[in-house]
Order: sequence, then structure tokens, then C-alpha cells
Amino acid sequence: MTATPQRHVEIEMSINGVPARHRVDVRTLLVHYIREYERLTGTHIGCDTSNCGACTVLVDGEAVKSCTVLAVQVEGREITTIEGVSGSFNGLSAVQEGFRQCHGLQCGYCTPGMVMAATGLLAVDPDPDEATIRANLEGNICRCTGYQMIVESVRWAAEHPD
Amino acid sequence: MSLVGAKVLRKEDPRLLTGIGTFVDDLAPPRCAFASFVTSSEAHAEIVAIDMRAALAMPGVLGVWTAADFVDYPDLPGGLPDLERPVLARNRVRFVGEPVAVVVAEDRYLAADAVAAVEVEYRTLEAVTTIEAATAPDAPELFERHGSNVVNVVPMMDDLEREMQRCDDRASLHLVNQRCAAVPIEALACLADWGVDGLTLWATFQAPHHLRNSVASWLDIAQSQCRVIAPDVGGGFGSKIVWYPELFLAPLLSKWTRRPVKFAQTRSEAMMQMSHGRDQVHDIEVGFDRTGRIRALRLVISQNLGAYPDPTGLGLATLTSWMAAGCYRIGHVSTSYRNVVTNTTPVAAYRGAGRPEAAYSVERIVDVVARRCGIDPAEVRKRNFIGPSQFPYETHNEAVVYDSGDYPAALEECLGLLGYGQRRIEQADQRNDPDAPLIGLGLSCWLEIAGFGPNGSLEGFGHLASWESAQVRIQPDGSAIVFAGSSPHGQGHETTFAQIASDELGIPFDRIQVRFGDTATVLQGVGTMGSRGVPTGGSAVKVVSGRVLARAKKIAAHLLEASEADLEVNDNAFNVRGSPGKKVSWGDVAWASYQPLRLPPELAAGSLEERLYQESPNFSYPSGAYGCAVSIDPNTGEVTIDAMVLVDDCGTVINPLLAEGQVHGGVAQGIAQALYESVVYNELGQPVTANLLDYLVPSAPDLPGYTAGRVTTLCPNNPLGAKGIGESGSVGAPAAVVNAILDALAPYGVEHLDMPISPEKIWQAIHAADRRGVPEMSTESLSESDAEVVS
Repeated sequence: MTATPQRHVEIEMSINGVPARHRVDVRTLLVHYIREYERLTGTHIGCDTSNCGACTVLVDGEAVKSCTVLAVQVEGREITTIEGVSGSFNGLSAVQEGFRQCHGLQCGYCTPGMVMAATGLLAVDPDPDEATIRANLEGNICRCTGYQMIVESVRWAAEHPD
Repeated sequence: MSLVGAKVLRKEDPRLLTGIGTFVDDLAPPRCAFASFVTSSEAHAEIVAIDMRAALAMPGVLGVWTAADFVDYPDLPGGLPDLERPVLARNRVRFVGEPVAVVVAEDRYLAADAVAAVEVEYRTLEAVTTIEAATAPDAPELFERHGSNVVNVVPMMDDLEREMQRCDDRASLHLVNQRCAAVPIEALACLADWGVDGLTLWATFQAPHHLRNSVASWLDIAQSQCRVIAPDVGGGFGSKIVWYPELFLAPLLSKWTRRPVKFAQTRSEAMMQMSHGRDQVHDIEVGFDRTGRIRALRLVISQNLGAYPDPTGLGLATLTSWMAAGCYRIGHVSTSYRNVVTNTTPVAAYRGAGRPEAAYSVERIVDVVARRCGIDPAEVRKRNFIGPSQFPYETHNEAVVYDSGDYPAALEECLGLLGYGQRRIEQADQRNDPDAPLIGLGLSCWLEIAGFGPNGSLEGFGHLASWESAQVRIQPDGSAIVFAGSSPHGQGHETTFAQIASDELGIPFDRIQVRFGDTATVLQGVGTMGSRGVPTGGSAVKVVSGRVLARAKKIAAHLLEASEADLEVNDNAFNVRGSPGKKVSWGDVAWASYQPLRLPPELAAGSLEERLYQESPNFSYPSGAYGCAVSIDPNTGEVTIDAMVLVDDCGTVINPLLAEGQVHGGVAQGIAQALYESVVYNELGQPVTANLLDYLVPSAPDLPGYTAGRVTTLCPNNPLGAKGIGESGSVGAPAAVVNAILDALAPYGVEHLDMPISPEKIWQAIHAADRRGVPEMSTESLSESDAEVVS
């Protein structure tokens, strides 16, 4: 028998520019660290196989599915969640405003993940065409919109940079 | 300017876009514990023993409960005698995923650990997952006391053989409308807090009052002490109007642990526990003349209900039978159906609920008729349409009288937007080129029943009533609150209902707030399903707003010493026509409405508040014409949708942006049914699509862009003239896509393929035809055995 592994550790990361330090069960997923320790509940959980993308956040600027990452794996990193997104459109970013203008959301459950994925895309490709947008949102499932208006939302954001 | 009909941006969006919406799992009251369920690993078995000792000994575990702990409580509501579903499996499990025991622990990780530590010993029984297996002579019975896996049968009154034989020809299809999963991205979640003043239950649900009524009754507590709140709800599509055990157990677990208790399903749990949809098998036959006129239609329906008959599930085949003839004038229509239980997840409403199945079958058989007659499918449809002047149109079922429509106009618009004629020419050209992709065009002139409904219609599904409520309260400052009984889950009621109220009241849109989803604040309500939000709930808002305005005019006239008849409302004020400047603001009227000394004698303080239970004399019948163009790579069987044209008639449109969004979402689900999605069980009853890796919900690159058109005929059965739009897309899309694929495969003699039509099925069909040496049109159909021989 091996020794009982260490069950709890104290970790710190930056979430939306604010230090977040908690003692957690080592198996705590990043999404639960964000939702249950930091009480930032805009990041959602829609599956358990990394397919739906409702939990998408940015880790050091890159879109990541936070249900697939242990909190301990991102110790010391910079996390951005939907609550950390803002911009010049009455406080909304261009992506958020694009979704509002183009009806890119209905029930809103997948929306934070979609916004984060789109934000990650525009950071590396500020002017993506429809095919590029569709391909890059491949990991985010929306059950309400049928995607066309999401694509239009991202195009709106590309055409109205912050 | 009227707001009804305008593209108004949604009130809901700012909170949902910034992550401050409130879904059930976002709530975390102090001392909240977490429930998790031990579920059956067997499709059909007797429970021999449940060993909870290890789980009970684990740190953070507050308790473990089994069916033995709930003997004082009834089975789930709405069941049939001898076929009831217990809240936890009692002695017997009937599907994989059926809850067997429940654990409550300090958090969800510890609860999951404890669930894994509960050992259940089963004695396996033979399982049946299909209608065919469940109705075989020696099939194992799910409910011995019922004595058959067939729950009920509605027989055919007339087999129409005489009419069929009089026709020039007849055609039949055996169609499988496969089982699908609704997959709202927010799975089931609830939070129960049983306090000294009663129960508060937060639940992601489409009908909070409906849930309140049933939970209070099940717990045997007063409804006044049972508050149900549906906060932001992350999609539903029918799967959140179902009696899940978790919703009933969570309150008791809260009571017993003296803690708030939350349950939030994982997706893998949801795929087995949330109700599924569709799963009908049809045998449809028509008799027709050489001109393409269909004279008789016979539809035999078998519905797989899953392991327990759900109250909504029991109504699905009824709706299919009602809508069997679609938008066609067919002299003789006869239907029958039977409901069958199997060892699978229970089946209930899923977006369209019985109507997609009807539309699919009739639209498929019309294409077969067209092919047999050698007439273009568009032309055959035109020859059989109910004409625009033939409404109200009485159908084969006395409950179903079509309200209005212009089916030829919708088809014409669809053909135009699709470029149908030009595409047919291109298709003919490409058929001569062996290297070209196969081009196919598919039409679907669909019709559905919506706007539920007339008195008695929803009561049959276990609801309190079929009306929908609205209440308008004018605040003393002249702003307004609309309380809506219809509780949304993405439809945008906050926006559309405020548009309707703003038009009626003359109060600016921004000063109207729509509240719903809380049984403590909304008087009574029924819920959001059956495409009833706008036609029934929205009509309630319109009528009640009008009544409030009428009283406000009396107050304004009194204050202005003018005649009511001379008043008009604009710019948020009551103006005397013809006397510029003589006016009183809505705010002043509202303020006065609470001051008895300033009121006309016939009104009392607070009279600018009114409530209404809006009844409907009949259903509504949304319709449309969808067109699909596909190209298929004959080497791989891969389908590309080149165009998807959607012409809808939903009567009055409140907000074209939101209406189009509803259509897109429904069409996405319809395309998904045609091409991708299918809940599959193996021969042991084990689900093989129990997560989103194995169940293919399409994402953005899997779906096409859409081209929308519109025809408008008003619904005479509600004050708005609206027909409903929530389910249209999922009703209309599957047949358009499947017809397009089969049109493309026509040169190979393929008459039918069942959904989902995967590249493999297409490849097999093409190669089976090549092997048979069928290079040209044929009416021979491809059977499963043909496909299998090639592999």
C-alpha cells in the first residue's frame, strides 16, 4: 500500500485580475474552483466530456474548457471569466454587444462559454470569416439558436472593435 | 409606433451576457448539502440487496435513502394504474439510469464518492428496448399486473381498403422516427429548502405552478406553504415539464437533513434520466390517382413510451394521429395507435411532441407519390393542398379544425427563395457527370397544432387548466409590471410581453418589467410548452393591458374634465384630441389611481391592476414550407446542406428577431434528427449514447446558414392573431432534409433511408445499388438486409 496521497492543497491564481487563494481538494476542477470557491457563477457546466464548452474561460488569454482542468494545474496563472469581460458598449465588450445586437443567445446558458470562445478567437484573428468562426466555435454547443445568429454576432464584433 | 412587429433587442440579454443570470446551480444558500443518486446499471432486474454501510461511514455523508424510506409517499403523479413509477426503484428496475437510492453529503464530490460506495445486487431479467421486442409473444413483461407491454391501443375505425382499391395506385412506407434526446444545455437541477414557514423549491422547469401543484400534493402540504421558483432556465424543449423523482425527493431530503439540499445532474445522468422524445414507428399508406391526387391515407402508429408511461408521453401518438394528413385535402384519413413500454428511459414531449412525427411521414409519402407519378414533388403538393379559402377546415378528427393558412403561397415563396427551378436544371446536368456530387432538393410543407389550448386540452396531460394568466400592475409612478403565468426558458418573454403591453398601455417599453417563474409572485400559471407562449400567454397580456388602459382613461378623463372618447395615449401621456397641450401624464394618472379623493366615483384605489385567465376557443395551426438543397459526395456519403429555406406562417409576429431565432433553433434540432442524433440502446438495454461524446449534438460547423421567408395568415382563435413559433422548425426540417437526400439518391433506386442518415448509410445504399446494377430511376426500396450484405 502506498501512503494516502495529499488530499488538500492551498493554491493561488488570478481570476479577473484579483488574487484567488483557497485550500481545495486536489481533485477540484477549475470550473468548481471558479464557481464554488470564488462564487463566480457565470461560468456554466453543460456536460462531463468536454464537448459543450459552457465552461470556457481564458487561461493566460487562451480559451480553455475549465471542466477539463484541475484547479491545481493553473496555479499562478491568469484566468478570465465572463465576469471579467467588459468594454465600451455600455460596459459590454464588442463580442457581448454583438450577441445582443444579433440575438446570439436565447436561454443564455451556453452564452458565457460562447462569448469567451469568441473573445479568444478574435484575439488571434480579429477578422474571421463565417467558416473560420464556425470552425473555431466547434467546441461550443448551443441548443437554442442553431448558430447562424451566433456567427453573425461574432462578425458584428469583428466589425465593431472596442 | 407599434412595438409589436418590431425588432426590439432583448431585456434578458445584459444579465445573461455578463454572467449574472441566475440558474439553479448558481444558488448556494448557507449550509447547502448536495444530493446524488445511485442509479440502476441494469435495464431490467430485481433488486436483491442494497448495501449502504460503506457509504454511510464516509466523511461528509449525511444519509442514504432507498425506496423503503418513502413507503408513506405515493408514486409519481400522472401514472396509470399498475404502471406507476415509484420515486425510487422498488424491488425492480426498469431502465438503466433509474434512481435506486439517494445520498446527501456535504458537497457534490463527497456525494459522488458515496454513490460509488453503495453496492446494489441485482438479479438480471431479460430486457426489451424496441416496440418489436416488447410486443413479441414471449416478451418479458415490465409490469406483470398490467399483463402486457402494450399500455393502450386506439384501433382503426376503418382500414380504408375500399377507398385504396378505387385509386389508380397506392404507396406505403415503414418509417422509424428515432428516439432523440432534448439536451437542454442546463441539465436538471433543483434546490429545496424546507423551513419553518414551508418549502421553497427552485427548479429548472418550464411550468413552475404545475410543479407546485404536484409537489404540494405529493408531500401532502398546503400549496400556500409550497413556493416553486424557476429562475433563469437553460433550455427545456419539453424535457422540463416532466415529473422527475429528484424534484419530489429533494424537499423531503431537505426536511429530514434540516439543510437546503441541491441536486444538479451531470450530463451523463441527464442522458439517461431526462425524458427522451420521438421514438415512433409508422406504417403509412396512401391511395392516389395518376395525377398525383391523394384520395386516402392510413397511418398506423406505435409509440415507444420507455419504462414508465409519462402523462405527456401518453399524448404524443394522439397528436400524431390528429396531424396525420398535414396540409393536404385528403378525402379519407384513418389512423390507429398503440403505446408500448420498454426497458428504456421514459419518453415525453420533445420540441414538437408528436407533430414532427406526423409531418415527417406525410411529407415523405407525398414525395413517394410524386416519384411514382413522375410529377415534380412541388406540383404534387400544390395539387393536394387545402386551399386558402377552405378555412376553417374540418379534418378527420373532430378535435382538429385548421384555423387559417395559405399553403400555396408559402410553397411559392419557398421555391423562389430556393431557386428551385434553376437548381432542378443544375441537378439534371450534374446527373450526367459521374464525378459530380449528387444534388438533391427536398420540400416539406408542414403543419402543426399549437397554441395549447382550448379548455380540456392540457388537463388531459395533468395540468390544472389550459388558459394562461397575465396580471398587469401599474405602479404609482406610471411604470408597469406584467406578471406572466407562462414561464420562459429562452423564448424572451421579458421582451415580447413588454412589447405587447407597451402597445396596449402606451407606457414606454423600458418602463415595463415582466415577472414570472415564481409561484409566490405570479397568481397562477400553466407553463411554456406547446408553442403557447405568445398565442395564449401573450394574448392574456394584450387583453388585460387593454382593460387596465380603459380604467386609466376614466381616471385621465376625470382629471382632465374631458370625455374618455376624446383621449388618445401617446408620448407616455393621455392627450385630449384636438386640444394641444391638454394632457395628463401616465405617471400622474397612476399616482391619482391610488388616491381615492382624485378618482371618479366608479373607481376605487388600486384599480389599475387587473388579472386575467385567458382562454382559447381552439388551437392554432402554424404552417410553413421548408426547402433544402443538398450535395452528397458519392465516394464518402457525406451530406452538405447547400441551402435551407424556411418560410413560416406563425400569424402575428411580435418580434421578428426572436421569431427567426425560434425557427433557427428548431430547424437545427430538425436537421440534427435527420442527420446526426439518435439515442441508441444495445441488446441488453445498455445506452450507448449516454454522453455528448456518443450522442452527436451538432455544433456550428455541422449546420448550415438559413434563409428565412414569411407568409402571414392570422389565427382567428386569439386576440393577437398569433399561432406560435417555438416548435415549427423541428416539425418542418427533418422531412425537407431527408427528402433532399433521397432525391439525390433517386438515380440509385433508393426509396427510403431512416434517420439519422449517416454518411455510412448513404454509402451503403449507393454501393448496394451499384452491386444490383441500378443506374436509373426505380421504385425499389433499400432494405436493411441489402445494406448489410455490402458491408
